[in-house]
Amino acid sequence: MQKYSVFSLIKNALNGHKNWEVAWKDPTPKSQYDVVIIGGGGHGLATAYYLAKEHNITNVAIVEKGWIGGGNVGRNTTIIRSNYMYDVNARFNEFGMNLWRNMSQELNFNVMFSPRGIINLAHSDVQMNAFSRRGNSMRLNGIDAVLLGREEVKKIIPMADFSENVRFPIFGGLMQPSAGTARHDAVAWGYARQADSMGVDIIQHCEVTGFDVVNGKIKGIKTSRGNIKTNKVGLCVAGSTSILAEKLNMTLPIETHLIQACVSEPIKPVLDKVVTFGAGHFYCSQSDKGEMVMGGDLDGYNSYAQRGNLPTLQHVLTEGLAMFPFLSKLKMLRTWGGIMDMSMDGSPIIDKTHIEGLYLNCGWCYGGFKSTPASGWTFAHTIAQDKVHELNAELSLNRFSTGHLLDEKGIGTKTWIG
Amino acid sequence: MLLIKCPYCGDRSQNEFAYGGDATVKRPELNKEVSDQDWDNFVYLRKSPRGKHLELWHHISGCRQWFKVQRDTSTHEIFKTAEMNEDI
Repeated sequence: MQKYSVFSLIKNALNGHKNWEVAWKDPTPKSQYDVVIIGGGGHGLATAYYLAKEHNITNVAIVEKGWIGGGNVGRNTTIIRSNYMYDVNARFNEFGMNLWRNMSQELNFNVMFSPRGIINLAHSDVQMNAFSRRGNSMRLNGIDAVLLGREEVKKIIPMADFSENVRFPIFGGLMQPSAGTARHDAVAWGYARQADSMGVDIIQHCEVTGFDVVNGKIKGIKTSRGNIKTNKVGLCVAGSTSILAEKLNMTLPIETHLIQACVSEPIKPVLDKVVTFGAGHFYCSQSDKGEMVMGGDLDGYNSYAQRGNLPTLQHVLTEGLAMFPFLSKLKMLRTWGGIMDMSMDGSPIIDKTHIEGLYLNCGWCYGGFKSTPASGWTFAHTIAQDKVHELNAELSLNRFSTGHLLDEKGIGTKTWIG
Repeated sequence: MLLIKCPYCGDRSQNEFAYGGDATVKRPELNKEVSDQDWDNFVYLRKSPRGKHLELWHHISGCRQWFKVQRDTSTHEIFKTAEMNEDI
């Protein structure tokens, strides 16, 4: 594989950029693989990469209905954080933070990881108490957390509304200084390029139409480009999980919902943090191109549409204006939607299933992007060793029936009531 | 913007309604033996189909009645609405 560096850039510039190698091949599916990963998003690509790198399993196919990176890895708002209170979620995501810090070097692809910090704003004494508790929990798990008072927040984001007569005055906030953003497309492409170079077949425009299950064991999959034999299948399809589960006669603790995001026209640098509104669902950061990147709540009904409706967007941006009044002067550049695999307790599932050789990776709700490396790493371990890693042992499928929920926020699929 | 036909008030904008989820889920009967699986089915497990979905909506900023809606989850087209005791 061609190494990307300033020298390769100069060399190819002198040749008029005519001799770059393709970043990944376009193979036709073989008849048999050791492992097939369904879903060529961030999590699927990362899983294939770690299967090859950590477990030396390279006879792997990624089967993707559309094109790689065309789903949620290209639709999210690029936020990376590990500011969780529960031990399981905190350790899992902090493990991921360490993979993020090294990712550009490891993948030889600039993912533009920018640990600029995230501030969750608090708008009441009660919320400050809750944030103090969460911050302490984070610090016990080795994660940086700083509780900020009103004046400290004002120094960092003076453009927020600090006037006196507002409905939700800013009391302070909880900051994770090491959190940040990354260029989401580069994450998909970086993993894809490295996985491909280690022998993984990335098969795009190939829809899975069925499964071959014999005596409770997975034997292969049926696709729009022919049948593929394999004894191990990893399901990594986010919002489409329930559709494939139905083909396996499985009903899951998941509903697929729609969420929208939007960006403004680009403006000069104004915001160097990720900031979340604490009295509703709104968050905002500024991209390297200068656009204000904004998102908020689910549209609020089951949907596979990948496009939303105006009432939710209006509601979300109303909250945005309450936080940052200057946003009212900006024009909207783009809005889009993606479909989320909302689990019933708000936490993900990375587990084996009752079908031997079928592994499940789903339930990421609207926080899957930051977990891309940790999810891929633990899912690869689970598939390769046929047992869960201690990091994902409690992200189990049966935790709902046994009552071991990870209800970090306690709202599940009905996020609009939280 | 969804235009939802409340069986009592007629066509109204989406803004007036709250979503109540899958209408095919049945609570286990009272005063009977309920298995863990029954509770699981009721509380957590959802089919979440792509296509026709029978669901509950609440006309919360209107007549405050609950009713059933049959809607397509991939196109958002609403086929039919009905009162709670009616079949769709």
